[in-house]
Amino acid sequence: MAKQSSTQKELAQLERRLTELEGNSASGGQVKTQINELKQQVTALREELVGPRGVWQRVELARHPQRPYTLDYIKLLFEDFSEIHGDRHFGDDPALLCGMVRFHGEPVLVVGHQKGRDTKERVWRNFGQAKPEGFRKALRAMKLAAKFGRPIFSLVDTQGAYPGVDAEARGQAEAIASCLREISRLPVPIVVTVTGEGGSGGALAIAIGDKVNMMENAFYSVISPEGCASIMWRDATKKELAAEALKITSEDLLAMGLIDEIIPEPEGGAHRNYQQMGKLLDEVLVRSLAELRGLSTEELLARRYDKFRRMGRFFQLA
Amino acid sequence: MAWFRRQKKGIERAASEESKVRTEGLWKKCDGCRQIVWKKDLDANLSVCPRCQHHYRINAHQRLELLFDAGGYTEHDAGLASTDPLKFVDTKPYDQRLKAAKKKTGMQDAILFGEGKLAGRPVQIGAMEFAFIGGSMGAVVGEKVTRAAERSLEAKLPLVIVSCSGGARMMEGVVSLMQMAKISAALARLDDARVPYISLLTDPTTGGVTACYAMQGDLNIAEPGALIGFAGPRVIEQTIGQKLPEGFQRSEFLLDKGFLDAIVPRKDLKSYLSNALDFLSP
Ligand SMILES: [Zn+2]
Repeated sequence: MAKQSSTQKELAQLERRLTELEGNSASGGQVKTQINELKQQVTALREELVGPRGVWQRVELARHPQRPYTLDYIKLLFEDFSEIHGDRHFGDDPALLCGMVRFHGEPVLVVGHQKGRDTKERVWRNFGQAKPEGFRKALRAMKLAAKFGRPIFSLVDTQGAYPGVDAEARGQAEAIASCLREISRLPVPIVVTVTGEGGSGGALAIAIGDKVNMMENAFYSVISPEGCASIMWRDATKKELAAEALKITSEDLLAMGLIDEIIPEPEGGAHRNYQQMGKLLDEVLVRSLAELRGLSTEELLARRYDKFRRMGRFFQLA
Repeated sequence: MAWFRRQKKGIERAASEESKVRTEGLWKKCDGCRQIVWKKDLDANLSVCPRCQHHYRINAHQRLELLFDAGGYTEHDAGLASTDPLKFVDTKPYDQRLKAAKKKTGMQDAILFGEGKLAGRPVQIGAMEFAFIGGSMGAVVGEKVTRAAERSLEAKLPLVIVSCSGGARMMEGVVSLMQMAKISAALARLDDARVPYISLLTDPTTGGVTACYAMQGDLNIAEPGALIGFAGPRVIEQTIGQKLPEGFQRSEFLLDKGFLDAIVPRKDLKSYLSNALDFLSP
């Protein structure tokens, strides 16, 4: 993992040097050779970063057991956290947290997945994989925020919605479908940040918003690399190939126009420096909220619609 | 856009592509009751076993023929085709899978939208095609459903979508996932405008399609015995490490749990939809 960032640094240095040399108008034959050599090195390093091995290192960072989770960000960024429990129909889901907080003095709702830190907590929180009651709780809390005009911050970090018998029997699909439809029209600013794993429908259920950010080493995918490998390659050990093929890194998502901004992480990953990560996130949330504040509700909702309407224009007339 | 008429030739061509119903012989052993059924009896009975009522899968064209009045329908966005956003390659390039699916189905992607009349009432109907990469939803399905919702909003035209899908299309990665957001927002606008939308779930409807438009209808109805769920049965069996009980995730199970408004046999679909649209129209 340390290797990842040193490779990135090296690449940045080489790219700077390359730009300098290329900008030099009086370049002779010797400089041209140097440029070609540099170009080859840059290509090789890029491959190391964005090839299967490099992408897999990012997946491991996103899943790092010491990575900051929603509760850590709540401690780092917010004050007066008062949790809101339960979906008022079936139960409370510890895999998905909701709470009223103050953000620089202002009341805001936070919703986010919560993985456990030790074995006992991991089991209790179902490894951050929400069940229908979790999604229904989140939607209930978000509607409450909307009713009283409070902005919403959503923090996404889940392998996915829980694929179990009880979750199916209680309508996992309906719970997610309702979140998607209702959140798309909630009349308050929503800022989404994918902090770790953006695992498919279970992530998207709370990831519709006016601004969608991704932390540098987070990933966002329609299926886990392992799941994709076992379906498409019929071999779960091909997970690295699958991770690369699925284009799941923050850079991939930004390039495809599916997210708005990448939040940089401390060197070596978010888990290396909670304080610094908290500051980096705080800065983006402050700015995101300020941008959205100036909009009327009509503008806000129209922009939200257009933002998702434009996504994935990968079609043509045959 | 193309104008389709109820031509005998067209129906036969479409029907012969349904391998599950028509094989070489004149009869088959029913998947439901294991009895011998005559093909012609099956065909005459909307591909439903006359003995056990097992509903065989029908293709998207047959579905629209079944639901629209005689006189046909106008197809929308027929030519939209995927551009393979990820240049995805697993054991085979996605590009080749697309070509094979187009050849097999005669369609450009996994959903067919038509506008016409149902029991005399103007309506838009979409039907998913399972033979096109498992009826999976990528950028094209997402765009076609969204455009359909927007057309319905504009014209105040009731919308019916018949789902038959394994879920989001893996080979278009997170682009497929985002279609769920795009479609849901469009259907929310339809809801705001009180334009009726009815979802019909058929065998199978799973994954990202169930967690999106298949469960967002003013009414969500299903054909008997359809597999309906978020996670597929194999994934759940892996999670819990045991076999699932008989009937789990079937239409009847979902009705019992309160997630379907009705189970409607194929022969009654048209009259059900007609009555429902009467009720739902202002
Ligand atoms: Zn039978």
